[in-house]
Amino acid sequence: MEGIYWPSFFFWLFSGITCSFAVAVLVSTNIVRMAFYLVLSLAGAAGLMFLAGADFVGAMQLLIYVGGTLVLLIFGVMLTSQERFVEMKTMAGDWVKGFLAGGALLFVLIYAAFSIPVWRGMERTAAEAVPVTHTVTPIAMGLLGARTDAPDRPGYLLPFEIVSVHLLVVLIGAAYLARAKRTRTIESN
Amino acid sequence: MFHLPLANILTEPVGVAHYVSVGAILFVCGALCMATKRNALGVLMGIELVLNGANLNFVAFGSKYLRSDVHNLGLDGQLIALFVIVLAAAEAAVALAIALNFYNSHDSIDVDRADQLSG
Repeated sequence: MEGIYWPSFFFWLFSGITCSFAVAVLVSTNIVRMAFYLVLSLAGAAGLMFLAGADFVGAMQLLIYVGGTLVLLIFGVMLTSQERFVEMKTMAGDWVKGFLAGGALLFVLIYAAFSIPVWRGMERTAAEAVPVTHTVTPIAMGLLGARTDAPDRPGYLLPFEIVSVHLLVVLIGAAYLARAKRTRTIESN
Repeated sequence: MFHLPLANILTEPVGVAHYVSVGAILFVCGALCMATKRNALGVLMGIELVLNGANLNFVAFGSKYLRSDVHNLGLDGQLIALFVIVLAAAEAAVALAIALNFYNSHDSIDVDRADQLSG
């Protein structure tokens, strides 16, 4: 048994973190603990993205997802954390049905993934020979519409603009929806 | 059946199938979260898990370290993953605003209480 192939070691480490905390999110009944487990699970997913060579996407996962979206969720948890909503049990029948359907789906997906030979990984010598490239500049050029990595593929300028306008609309809409309703509280008092 | 020799699990590189399996676990956990949680914010966390499983698949199919043939998404996978991250942030903002609105008007965050539209 020759030396350990360290990317595989870190893959198993990060995938263990990701999967175990995802299961913890599922089985936990405390909403505050669920939020904390979700942070760890998504951070493990960011590590997996770094391992797959997607350095920029992994960094964005950490910044936007773990640092932004989940902080938003945790604020939601804090704003609604009355005593009776922190612990909410799921009915036992839901668990049985859910685990039957989910287990069957999981079995089919993993079986299908491992039944394709080319998806099972390269030889070690071939994997070690792949040159390391950084992805920030090609991603930026792809978002601007001029692909430098594969010139025959289309750029992403139009989806980039659509997502930008969509984000603006969503932020205005979310601020409008979540604003404090002063008139109603005054009337009810 | 799975052709997973455990002896060289640490000495051989992993492939797309391993990443897709992790994505499948995240997806199933998220879908079960959406189906079984009664807290609206728990449902939102399930959605985040599902989107992350999809993201992991996009990144894996675009990675040149996991498969070497020509049918590789290349950078397209990473670009789509970026769009998914941005759309997930937008979706979380709107869904959280709706959940807070529901909490303000019903004084509850239990999704089973949101049944005005049932006939």
